[in-house]
Amino acid sequence: MLTKSIFTRALKRSPWVFHVGTSGCNNCDIEIADCLTPRFDVERFGIKLVGSPRHADVMLISGPVSRACREVLQQAWLDMPQPRLAVMVGVCACSMGAYKDAYSVSGPPDKVLREVDPDARFVYVPGCPPKPETIVMGIVKLLGSL
Amino acid sequence: MSTSTTEPRAAGADDRSVVQIGPFHPLLEEPVGFELTVEGERVVAVDARMDYIHKGIERLAQQRTYDMIPILLERICGICSVTHSVCFCNAVEDLLGVEPPPRARYIRTIIGELERVHSHLLWVGLAGHFIGYNTVFMWAWKYREPVCDVFEMLTGHRQNSAIPLVGGVRRDLRVEYLPEARRVLDELDGQVRMLTEAVLDDPVLAARLRGVGVLTPQQVVDYGVVGPTARASGVATDVRRDDPYAAYGELDWQVITAPEGDVFAKAVVRLLELAESIKILRQAFDRLPGGDLSLGIRHVPAGEGIGRYEAPRGEDVHYVRSNGTNMPERLKVRAPSFTNIASFQASCIGASIADVTITLAACDPCYSCTERTIVVRDAAGGEARAVGDLIARSQRETRRIAAELGRPADLVLPAGGAR
Repeated sequence: MLTKSIFTRALKRSPWVFHVGTSGCNNCDIEIADCLTPRFDVERFGIKLVGSPRHADVMLISGPVSRACREVLQQAWLDMPQPRLAVMVGVCACSMGAYKDAYSVSGPPDKVLREVDPDARFVYVPGCPPKPETIVMGIVKLLGSL
Repeated sequence: MSTSTTEPRAAGADDRSVVQIGPFHPLLEEPVGFELTVEGERVVAVDARMDYIHKGIERLAQQRTYDMIPILLERICGICSVTHSVCFCNAVEDLLGVEPPPRARYIRTIIGELERVHSHLLWVGLAGHFIGYNTVFMWAWKYREPVCDVFEMLTGHRQNSAIPLVGGVRRDLRVEYLPEARRVLDELDGQVRMLTEAVLDDPVLAARLRGVGVLTPQQVVDYGVVGPTARASGVATDVRRDDPYAAYGELDWQVITAPEGDVFAKAVVRLLELAESIKILRQAFDRLPGGDLSLGIRHVPAGEGIGRYEAPRGEDVHYVRSNGTNMPERLKVRAPSFTNIASFQASCIGASIADVTITLAACDPCYSCTERTIVVRDAAGGEARAVGDLIARSQRETRRIAAELGRPADLVLPAGGAR
């Protein structure tokens, strides 16, 4: 239990995030990148965008999961060290949005990830796209829930 | 997974290795797979796997009515949202043989140019990020924020306006915010000038980007490259001038070109286009006419229409075929990045790996616009996902259709066969 609380405390201080655009329209991806730029500047809270899932605590997922992305997303999720968390950015990642009936989309990311990790924890940030403030609020709520 | 591993090896024709970039790579916003075949540090072949973002949006559009489609097409691409929705409206208006009312045309011009300004600023920032010059990234994106604010003031959303409609526009701009929008624009004009001068005078950027990823004018024509990428090679092509839509024919502005064709020239063209876009916006704000917003189209007869639009990345083409019902029978989207991405075959070969990332980014590729196809299995059971396969396939189909129509195939295909 002691190690777990140390992990959680450390995670809350400086969550490193890895961004996965599963097959979104780019708009949420741009808003995620926008969070890093001077107006929002989430790095001042210790939130840092990293280049590999192996370095990340939180995965930001945007878009529905296309057939081609499915296995790649699952593999990237399993590559993340535990405790691992995910934020579903945008309405497509939350509930498929406009792509609900699309033929080449295999499901919303939460279902795809629960196939390989039934205990995965998520936060949903709806919006098309959510404003950067909303994305920041989503991450804050996720960390507050720990 | 960011898998970009290569082992240092001696150069030699029989000692090739493959560097995989993507699908989830820190340099790419979107999932796309590039395979670079390298000899030592030198790239000898480049191929792409382009089906990660295919969502079947053309098919979804064919299941929606003409009123709903512009809103769906805004979701083709987050940065080209006005592009695709207005381009679709242009296509249906071509089918109908009508022109929207003047106020609607000016509103389309205003939202289109605001989109171009924020898209070009976004590219300038990302280009800086790709070469590890994050000052440019932060600086350009800081100036992009007020543009998104203006977009939100006038339309209610930072990117997806939901304003274009077949035969006009759905809503008016929120005109009470026009004075504030003009003030932000005046401020932005000075900021963009300063950014342009800073980038053009920067010895680091010049040393890094000059002579990298050169496209000659002949290659531009061969590959059908469009937009700022073509204009940076001295090919003055711009749909806004060549086939004016919206209000561009009535406004005073210039097509920006640069002769060099390297990545630096592409940055120069985009930065100078920012000033032109601001000029267009000011004129459109001043001359915004009154009158109807929409023609109130209630019925689309059977027929075919083609819409063209100068997206921030180049010429976007939509093809619509109607069978007289309230949904199109076929919608085809040809995004500008489709032709621009093919030019990697010319611009990346012979470059070093370090130069390839910025060369790939130089045409501002937008994969969610481009990925209109998915090939899982062909009839023989083999996979065909590489761009070369798809080009060969489409050339085969073009020859077949040309033969059916009784036209010589060499009129529509280059003589050399597969590129």
